[in-house]
Amino acid sequence: MLLLVEQLLNGLQLGVFLFLVSAGLTLIFGIMGVINLAHGSLYMIGAYTGATVTQASGSYLLGFLAAACAAGLSGVVMELLLMRRLYARDHLDQVLVTFGLIVFVNEAVTMIWGRTPLFMDIPQALSGSVEILPGVPYPVYRLAIILAGIVAAVGLWLLIARTRIGMLIRAGSTNREMVSGLGVNISRLYTLLFAAGAVLAGVAGAFAGPQVSVQVGMGESILILAFVVVVIGGIGSVRGAFVGALLVGLVDTLGRAFLHDLLGLFLPPAEAAGMGAALSSMGIYVVMALVLIVRPRGLFSVRPAS
Amino acid sequence: MYKTLIRLTTVLALATASAAPVFSQEPVRIGLITTLSGPPGYLGEDMRDGFNLAIDSGDGKLGGIPVELLVEDDGLNPGNAKQIAERMVRRDNAEILTGIIFSNVQMVVAPVALMNDRFYVSSNAGPSPMAGARCHENYFVSSWQNDAMHETAGIAANDAGYGKAVIMVPNYRAGKDAVAGFKRYFEGEIVDEIYTKLGQSDYAAEIARIRSVEPDMVFYFLPGGMSINFLKQYDQAGLIDEIPIIAPMVSMEARILSGVGEAALDMRATSFWNADLDNDANREFVDEYRAAYDREPTPWAAQGYDAARLIASALQTSGGKVTEDPEAFRAALREADFEAVRGSFEFQSNQHPVQSWYLLEVQKNDDGELHLATIDTIVSEHGDPYVDDCNLSR
Amino acid sequence: MRQHSLRILAYGLVLVSVLFPFIADAAESGYLVPTASRILIYALAAVSLNLLVGYVGLVSLGHAAYLGVGAYVVGILAFHADAGSTVLGIPGTVQGLLSIPAAVLLSALVALVIGALCLRTSGIFFIMITLAFGQMIFFMMVSLERYGGDDGLFMYAGPNRLGALDLSNEWTFFYVCLTLLAAFLLLCRWLIRSRFGRALGAIRQNEARMTTLGANVYRYKLAIFVIAGAGAGLAGALLANQASYVSPDMLHWTRSGELLFMVILGGSGTLVGPVLGGASFLLLEEYLPVGFGAAGLETLKEHWRIVFGPILILVMLFFRRGIYGLLTGEDRS
Repeated sequence: MLLLVEQLLNGLQLGVFLFLVSAGLTLIFGIMGVINLAHGSLYMIGAYTGATVTQASGSYLLGFLAAACAAGLSGVVMELLLMRRLYARDHLDQVLVTFGLIVFVNEAVTMIWGRTPLFMDIPQALSGSVEILPGVPYPVYRLAIILAGIVAAVGLWLLIARTRIGMLIRAGSTNREMVSGLGVNISRLYTLLFAAGAVLAGVAGAFAGPQVSVQVGMGESILILAFVVVVIGGIGSVRGAFVGALLVGLVDTLGRAFLHDLLGLFLPPAEAAGMGAALSSMGIYVVMALVLIVRPRGLFSVRPAS
Repeated sequence: MYKTLIRLTTVLALATASAAPVFSQEPVRIGLITTLSGPPGYLGEDMRDGFNLAIDSGDGKLGGIPVELLVEDDGLNPGNAKQIAERMVRRDNAEILTGIIFSNVQMVVAPVALMNDRFYVSSNAGPSPMAGARCHENYFVSSWQNDAMHETAGIAANDAGYGKAVIMVPNYRAGKDAVAGFKRYFEGEIVDEIYTKLGQSDYAAEIARIRSVEPDMVFYFLPGGMSINFLKQYDQAGLIDEIPIIAPMVSMEARILSGVGEAALDMRATSFWNADLDNDANREFVDEYRAAYDREPTPWAAQGYDAARLIASALQTSGGKVTEDPEAFRAALREADFEAVRGSFEFQSNQHPVQSWYLLEVQKNDDGELHLATIDTIVSEHGDPYVDDCNLSR
Repeated sequence: MRQHSLRILAYGLVLVSVLFPFIADAAESGYLVPTASRILIYALAAVSLNLLVGYVGLVSLGHAAYLGVGAYVVGILAFHADAGSTVLGIPGTVQGLLSIPAAVLLSALVALVIGALCLRTSGIFFIMITLAFGQMIFFMMVSLERYGGDDGLFMYAGPNRLGALDLSNEWTFFYVCLTLLAAFLLLCRWLIRSRFGRALGAIRQNEARMTTLGANVYRYKLAIFVIAGAGAGLAGALLANQASYVSPDMLHWTRSGELLFMVILGGSGTLVGPVLGGASFLLLEEYLPVGFGAAGLETLKEHWRIVFGPILILVMLFFRRGIYGLLTGEDRS
């Protein structure tokens, strides 16, 4: 029973982390209508910068800021050079251009930082674990991630629902011409928005730094998950991304935690273990397919499909 | 067994009949195909640099014979690797192929060399089929057979007196092999077998499972970055001091250690080599490697270096004749008459090594630097269980 | 005039393809024949994907899955022939006349199931759901421990025989690939010009209108999805024979991305565009590093992707018509 609670918490934590990664993606996706496969590259840039600056300065805060700046700047450059040419293009072009970008960024990072995985320590204040339930210590850092994800979710919601910028964003996504007719420089707004999405990805990368291996290709392993989250939630919906992220986190974690036991009820243990692992690695894709079959535009769609 | 391969060889031989034979004054060409891109790119980098170091310290010669090293990145794509191999063998006339990191790439590339009557010297992967029934007279493994690092972890666990173990491996072939290898020697009870995803980055669920069954130890096999992911999280969950780890060297070497940091302290790993091994060849290698590349050598670098030195010894004995006099070159390779950085080195009849395996521990020295220290010899003269299935006789 | 010179170019290309093994042999470059076969195989896969992307506007990011299914059918049948065992009661075989049609059939079947589900969505959701199914099949292959898991399956008995033809002969294999590619191209041409093809074109132009006209758009799309899957399955079956090897790596989502690139690079919505695209993509991938190496640019040889990535981006941004469009001056995209 305690194990179940702990695993639920693990699933929740993974979900919140996935939300951090996919929040920027869904914003860009939903409002600007661009698929950005290179979102994972921004996450990687954040992690590399965060790790480098943290190690050089000894300050986690500085590393964090640097990660946000580096990812944000990369985002601005990406938007000015490439993405703005893609708004009017179809999704296929966007997929392929950003695919080419992944190839480029991975190689560039290899050339700049070399091939050894970078080291990034956990901030002193967030190390160790606390006993959340009797006999269940839980790492403080994971709790911190949950907190950060919730702050980001609330922040984004406030930004979009309650501010003038949010209003412009919402208006711009439905009617570009009208907003620019109001004298708003919409292309600057888009650049800023893209940079904001990039900053979110970079911050998520810095958050991941102490927990995962900071190495080339780290972006792709998280990218597909982020896309699954965004699509399940419904493109462009921050609320959808949050729900989708929790769903993916829980399905993935609980699958890894309990599926083999479940299968063990009717299969020999060795087969149950293997089959459980196979099924749990497919689990999130099954969930995504099911969601799309029942609701072809995701759970909380805010925007037409094409 | 290679009946069709032999048939194919005839066809290919006809197709390449027009290619000019190698003249003795030409350097012997060695094709090194390895993985230089993507997450495992560092393995290939060390492999290449270790191999190159041996050539550089011989001023472009191996065993006194001029060599030319052709390096290509396989990008972990067997299809591409096959094409590169065809080009190296049939256009560039490479007489020896080596360097491949991953078994799946090697299973495609090695036959290209063998069907064309060239030599394949594996400096990393040692998949079990090629050690047993599918062994071949021109196929040598100078690193280790895949199972050895897991078998020796099983022995080390017995030596430490652990009774209950959890095994955690990725849910794929190499992972299953690791489980089989560990179980072959471990005498205690396996309380849970955990299979993870390829490229998984979050291990919270697995860590909770490990804690819930209260084992004496964890044996895990996760290559490269996946090992870093797991170790960081295992440490954060506070388990590293409670439940000790024994892992094979693919999960803990100098590069991984620099990515994990202090979280890895006290963890143990099995390896056939370590930077602190006390022999002349190794001291020279480690010093030169550090000087040349400004980083710590890894087992992959040592493997590249040893493969080059093995080839050097055979080139010297055969006078630089490889495909011109394959019997002589093959016999010279089998002798393995060289100073290996790992210490003792000998081939079994299946042309896979018999060697010592060591237990390493992550320690901190007086300057506060983390390093891997050899704390014990787990077993000496360890071979592999497939040798009897191979019908090569010496 | 332009039409005329194009025709000459086309005949020239066909002639070069047909004579390629002889040319390569005369130039003492026999090693290029397997490379050429691989190009033909990927071209076949790209042509099949183009049926979806170019003619119906369905962007599938999971097309490598059918390639993999086709390859695995051939690999698994060869495995059981070697071991003398059966799979689901079916004995193994290395006879291509059995294994290749089986590969095509099974990939078509898989495409039918996946297509039936995916085609309920459209636009970006279609891209993502095809990706999801591709990933499912990828992970399934990885966990097929009996068939090598991620290490893949090596066909120790070598490539199949095709009737009396021995596919382990490089020249034979090349001509088999060439013939099958040509046959598939002719099939596609016939399809596109048929009533069915015109209906697909109309769907691409205006789906809503077709629906109001009473056409069962879903069924049309599903039919072409299955045909495309079968084509990729055929390519997969050939690919397995080319390397005597199958592995999950053939189904990775990045392979699906590469197939899409081949289509666009060559020119989507044109019959031969994807063939040109497949050839250019594979040649670029293989000879970019070789070229840098020959030019003495060691850093670029090692890090050739730093150039490859931008090339892909520039092609997408500025040569959207693809190589075919560049040659003909037509814009079909």
